[in-house]
Amino acid sequence: MKSGSNLERVILSGKPAVTAELGPPMSADPHEVIEKAHILKGYCDAANITDCQTAVVRISSIAGAVLALREGLEPVMQMTCRDRNRIAMQADLLGAAALGIKNCLCIAGDHQKFSAAGRLKGHPGAKNVYDVDTIQLIGILKKMRDEGMQQGGDKLQVPPKFFIGATWTPGGDPIDFRPLNLMKKVNAGADFIQTQGIYDVEIFKAQMEKARNLGLHEKVAILGGIIVPRNFMMLKYMDSSVAGVTVPKSMLERLKKVKDAAGDDKKKSKEMQEAEGIKITVELIHQILEIPGVKGVHIQAIEWETAIKEIVTAAGLYPRPTFTD
Amino acid sequence: MIVAKQKPFEEVWNMVKNFKKVLVYGCNTCVAICHAGGEKEAEILASMIRMKASQEGVDMKVGHAAVMRHCEPEYFDPLMDEVRTYDLVLSTACGVGVNFLAQRIGNIPVYPGINTTFYGAVPKPGEFIELCAGCGNCILHLTGGICPIARCTKSLMNGPCGGTDRGKCEISQEVDCGWYLIVERMKQLGNLEALLEIQPPRDWSTSFHGGPRRVVLEHLQDFEEKEEKKA
Repeated sequence: MKSGSNLERVILSGKPAVTAELGPPMSADPHEVIEKAHILKGYCDAANITDCQTAVVRISSIAGAVLALREGLEPVMQMTCRDRNRIAMQADLLGAAALGIKNCLCIAGDHQKFSAAGRLKGHPGAKNVYDVDTIQLIGILKKMRDEGMQQGGDKLQVPPKFFIGATWTPGGDPIDFRPLNLMKKVNAGADFIQTQGIYDVEIFKAQMEKARNLGLHEKVAILGGIIVPRNFMMLKYMDSSVAGVTVPKSMLERLKKVKDAAGDDKKKSKEMQEAEGIKITVELIHQILEIPGVKGVHIQAIEWETAIKEIVTAAGLYPRPTFTD
Repeated sequence: MIVAKQKPFEEVWNMVKNFKKVLVYGCNTCVAICHAGGEKEAEILASMIRMKASQEGVDMKVGHAAVMRHCEPEYFDPLMDEVRTYDLVLSTACGVGVNFLAQRIGNIPVYPGINTTFYGAVPKPGEFIELCAGCGNCILHLTGGICPIARCTKSLMNGPCGGTDRGKCEISQEVDCGWYLIVERMKQLGNLEALLEIQPPRDWSTSFHGGPRRVVLEHLQDFEEKEEKKA
């Protein structure tokens, strides 16, 4: 085993892996992370602790990961290339490993422009870093783990043993390059992949076929991403505004019908749309897990972590595998 | 060329309002082509300052001048005595010109009249686009002549991020995704496979991160020295 993480063990067991997501708060209070960890514990094999998603300042991924770990939830620490140079990255990787973190997801990170959205002022004028890109970061993690060496060539007394993750946007532009982009991540050293949210399973199927033709499904564990649609407006937003995400018309209409049927009663409308959103998610999980080469699902219930228990149970993915040794 | 933009007039006025004798000093190369700081723009800016001074009841003399290049002394040295009769030079040259003049002028302040913006080209009249980041270690042969450092918002070296949307960058539908362009260009060249090679972490020491840069051509310096001796 490369890292000995729970996620790695589940993947090695051949059972479909389930990862979820935990968004830390804009607060120095640890309780929200602790509560969310309790909600997710037992219903996923590991949970991503986002690294200042949409470039908004929050409890850092490394600290959030340690808080989750203390509650018995295995974290996937996320690390963006946006905020750190290679010195800070490697220092944080050593620190994270020393604190018991075993999974790390390498991502480019949303541009700082996204931090100023809605009521948030954010830090759109921040200077980003991008000293290394995602594929280079994957390579750094691999070099540290497998060669016991820093990027610059200095030896590490004790190397950090991470299960290395990366993302994939199968439906993104330029679409014919996406399988090759995945191949580069695999060649750089990725052990697992979490994809961008999939609503249009046909697009994902077609891209998975290309990935299989490149033999990538045998070298990396691909977890299909699902962003739980909570209501019609959110799904519409995902379709129109999130890069690389396409929602089939039939799915949009399905949730719109539920919204319309609920009428003016806001509470009822919310409940009915959420129930339908969960149904859609469960269907998506089944469809995605049927695709050859897919090793699991990454379920993101954004600011709605309580939905995970119901989804995972309804999808027949509960209880999660446990290991005694 | 170097592309620049005019500063908001209020900002310029706040810089100059406490001086008595101001020279708006243009440069007739790059910043003239992008209509930011050539002789014409220097003249217009000088008139605007004059008008504002008159409206505000400020006693101020404002002149204007321009030379071909602010980055070589042979162009601006001949005018230096005249320039030194002012108590402020508002330079509408690029930042190179402002720095260079400030270093040579003596005890007179040189303020920037424009914002130096990027190295760019003119795809059509009135439009200027950034194409090079001046990183000091060119890899354009690997990316179809399209620079990932200057043209990808995140300067990614190995392919696009997940933010490409209909060929545009996640930051704006007005900004092309650099990697979308690179992939399309490599397809046109029949060489998409070349992008499969992983580019390792860059050595940024050739860019500004290695400190302010200097290029020395010893053979040219030797030649000049010899010529001087002969003379």
